[in-house]
Amino acid sequence: MEVTEKKEKGQEGVLKRIAGPVVTAVNIDAHMYDVVKVGHEELMGEVIKIQGDETIIQVYEDTSGIRPGEPVTNTGLSLAVELGPGLLTSIYDGIQRPLSVLVDKMGDFIQRGVSAPGLDHQKKWEFRPLVKEGDKVSPGTIIGEVQETNIVHRILVPPNVKGGTVKSIKPGSFTVEEIICTLDSGTQLAMMQKWPVRVPRPVMEKMNPTIPLITGQRILDGLFPIAKGGTAAIPGPFGSGKTVTQQQLAKWSDAEIVVYIGCGERGNEMTEVLTEFPELEDPKTGKPLMERTVLIANTSNMPVAAREASVYTGITIAEYFRDMGYDVSLMADSTSRWAEAMREISSRLEEMPGEEGYPAYLAARLSEFYERAGLVKTLSGNNGSVSVIGAVSPPGGDFSEPVTQNTLRIVKVFWALDAKLSQRRHFPAINWLNSYSLYLDTLHDWYDKEVSPEWNVLRSWAMEVLQKEAELQEIVQLVGSDALPEAEQLTIEIARMIREIFLQQNAYDAVDTFCDMAKQYDMMKAIKGFADLAYGAQTAGVSPAQIISIKSKNDLPQIKFIKDYRPELERIQKSMDSEINILRSSA
Amino acid sequence: MKEYRTISKIAGPLVFVEKTEPVGYGELVNIVLFDGTIKRGQVLDTSDDLVVVQVFETTAGIGRDSGVRFLGETIKMPVGKEMLGRILSGGGKPIDGGPEIMPEKRLDITGAAINPYARASPEEFIQTGISTIDGTNTLVRGQKLPIFSGAGLPHNNIALQIARQSKVLGSQEAFAVVFAAMGITKEEANHFMHDFERTGALERAVVFLNLADDPAVERIITPRLALTTAEYLAFELDMHVLVILTDMTNYCEALRQIGAAREEVPGRRGYPGYMYTDLAGIYERAGIIKGKKGSITQFPILTMPGDDITHPIPDLTGYITEGQIVVSRELHRKGIYPPINVLPSLSRLMNLGIGKEHTREDHKKVSDQLYAAYAEGNDLRGLVAIVGKDALSERDRMFLEFADLFENRFVRQGYNEDRSIFETLDGGWNLLATLPVEQLVRIDRDLITKYHPKFRQEAKEQG
Repeated sequence: MEVTEKKEKGQEGVLKRIAGPVVTAVNIDAHMYDVVKVGHEELMGEVIKIQGDETIIQVYEDTSGIRPGEPVTNTGLSLAVELGPGLLTSIYDGIQRPLSVLVDKMGDFIQRGVSAPGLDHQKKWEFRPLVKEGDKVSPGTIIGEVQETNIVHRILVPPNVKGGTVKSIKPGSFTVEEIICTLDSGTQLAMMQKWPVRVPRPVMEKMNPTIPLITGQRILDGLFPIAKGGTAAIPGPFGSGKTVTQQQLAKWSDAEIVVYIGCGERGNEMTEVLTEFPELEDPKTGKPLMERTVLIANTSNMPVAAREASVYTGITIAEYFRDMGYDVSLMADSTSRWAEAMREISSRLEEMPGEEGYPAYLAARLSEFYERAGLVKTLSGNNGSVSVIGAVSPPGGDFSEPVTQNTLRIVKVFWALDAKLSQRRHFPAINWLNSYSLYLDTLHDWYDKEVSPEWNVLRSWAMEVLQKEAELQEIVQLVGSDALPEAEQLTIEIARMIREIFLQQNAYDAVDTFCDMAKQYDMMKAIKGFADLAYGAQTAGVSPAQIISIKSKNDLPQIKFIKDYRPELERIQKSMDSEINILRSSA
Repeated sequence: MKEYRTISKIAGPLVFVEKTEPVGYGELVNIVLFDGTIKRGQVLDTSDDLVVVQVFETTAGIGRDSGVRFLGETIKMPVGKEMLGRILSGGGKPIDGGPEIMPEKRLDITGAAINPYARASPEEFIQTGISTIDGTNTLVRGQKLPIFSGAGLPHNNIALQIARQSKVLGSQEAFAVVFAAMGITKEEANHFMHDFERTGALERAVVFLNLADDPAVERIITPRLALTTAEYLAFELDMHVLVILTDMTNYCEALRQIGAAREEVPGRRGYPGYMYTDLAGIYERAGIIKGKKGSITQFPILTMPGDDITHPIPDLTGYITEGQIVVSRELHRKGIYPPINVLPSLSRLMNLGIGKEHTREDHKKVSDQLYAAYAEGNDLRGLVAIVGKDALSERDRMFLEFADLFENRFVRQGYNEDRSIFETLDGGWNLLATLPVEQLVRIDRDLITKYHPKFRQEAKEQG
């Protein structure tokens, strides 16, 4: 993590009080959110409150052993990330220190007082200019590119630099700090730029999203889609599959860049991502998924102040790739831990608490964060997007708690995880009755055009059947299923098929883990096909028990696990046809 | 060393000392009573004019005349190989009558976080010999898997059975047990100790005992001492360490007690707002590090107040640990041992440790199918209570029957019964065979033909 924009440097103050991650210094003239170095070991901290002569600092590292009287130095700069080639495939802590570098510097455990730049300053990258001498450039203009992984890293004029005419620019091999371009104004540009994490990067304009982020997860793409540039929340009690869902999205969503923030979560989970992603292939490009991914891991036992920063670090990196014109998706697992970090720091500041001890500014912080998502026209005039998907971990699985509620007021898609479903191993355990997507209308046309004009109709049909089933189940609970009218007995069976065939998806099966829209459409159509046959036969006098027990229908679930499923699907549909016909002719 | 006699306030476990020279945050403190007794504590808050000390023992006897010495270092644990077989107090002092521990190293008890980049992915299957764990909630080496129990349930026996039977198939590596008791009764502690002695486990165990009548505040450091010892055994002596922490509920109560004494803004139900971070500092000290031979596997035990899984203690624990084993009062009342309710139980790392290379190719799907069928049968029990068995369809009756069979054959087993994973999986198949084959939608055809008893039988008759 580095810092930008010099104000006054090198002032020294003195520590007065230390109570955990929050310390108080005196005799230091700091500004809010300035980065300071605390104690003889120069631990990194950030100014979060100024009161009289006292400056209150949150420290990103463990403060054990630090004493009153030790020095505090103000850098006069605010917390910023380094942006440039080298971000992809990296894994960072909450303040952009590369974890691999930390292992080299201090071993297997995270010690304190070690700083490490976010980007490798020694490595040389092959730079290709895209503008020439005499061209006019302005903030956000793409001046060249670097083949970073299989992804092309576009080099931009930083948004906070004045534009001008290119005086010199040359191709070649450079480190991120070397000057690659000079403007007539005298401004010198390197491949690396820095940006303060708490400030959103500017854009030309924000637009309304119209294209879905295809995730390959049937219940998401099929029933509750999120748009590219949209926001979604996945709240759920522990064990309901938040992390698996987030990881599935990180793996299969058709974004070009993925930023994954493990915020206050388990260490072993990040290890899993680290070992798994390099081996998985992007279904679109066939390249390892890791090549498009940036990971941020501030696990639950790493310093709480750095956890608070991790979310900002992640979204700033996401915005940077958006500014190159990419579709970026950002997963934050879990925003509740971020909120808890705010609560912890707020309580150490002895601020007046809001609901459940969370600070009164919780709602404002959450909405500021989600508002950094969006489909935008970048400063260079391209389209780019950041989609944000935040996991929420409500205490006791109770959605009425402040973090869930404040999140739901902002996000447009709600994927409600349900412990009851996960207990019966219905995965993804997303409740189809409680979840919603407010993008259905804006994405309607896309589905019409890109999937099938029938798709939207099929979707509504499926939702209706599921809704109907819920009502019927209430009756079944009272009188038993045999007491239902015949047509409704069929509805129950068809709803079961939608649930077991379409909604359930096995993340651990090599084929079923990703299901494209064409297959989703075929599957849903096959179920609807059976439903039509079934209701037809029932009106013709065939008993529901007979219809339900036709043999070929039982093969339908196997479609999920077959890669080239079409011949098998056709065979099943044919035999369903003929079986029902035999029943009808004997009725 | 300077001794201050400037105590200005004593409240619960906290002692406030004025006018000191600069004292480090987290430093160890000795408080000397008039009779020479020494009480230990730690600095919680330090500033120019006031230092707040949290005392690990009772504050009885401390007064304005007591002397306060700041030791200039944070709490360290002396560790050494000869700790194996020893019984220590919750504060780390030998209480088995043996000599003091000769330290080979002194380690900070807070422990630094393992860099996620340095972790190796846990994937070695541990066979506990208990079907509901091995079959449906598989444990792997390096995992932290708590037992969520209730007062009066046999969680201690389950923990003992796991400690006794756990093995990695085909492996003969050195392993050790670190046992930390927090606020449990002498009777319960004896139960553990007798079992350790009976099975010879004591020789390779390090036991920390903070009993019910020991100071509550000492419970804050007991698990940290235990885990520091575990880290030494695992990452410096290459041992596979199983850590049992019981009862985490008492630990959390102690945490709340200190929070209240410090007049902090409380979070849910009076527990401190930082309890998640604090618990994470304990639970996350499990795992495997790349390039090191040893591992730490954690079994924290906690009793859910009022059997309520949404209570902050199990709730926050469940968000940190890699799953949970839930002990059910209902099954216990039915006389089933071990009364593990598989439905709310979960092992998050299960998929890493099962399958062809670790257990058997059908493991995952058999487990899913057992879950789905048992969940369905269990739901139907509620329905039967209202409409009676006769109103059920043929299909429903089969699932109802299945739920009973599952509890009686799969869940139920003896305290000394050590089932191999293959016995467990075959047992699962025998239960699934009571359902029609077409109801087994979670399992692919190939596996059914290979493992389903009916097809196996046919294959046998043909071949």
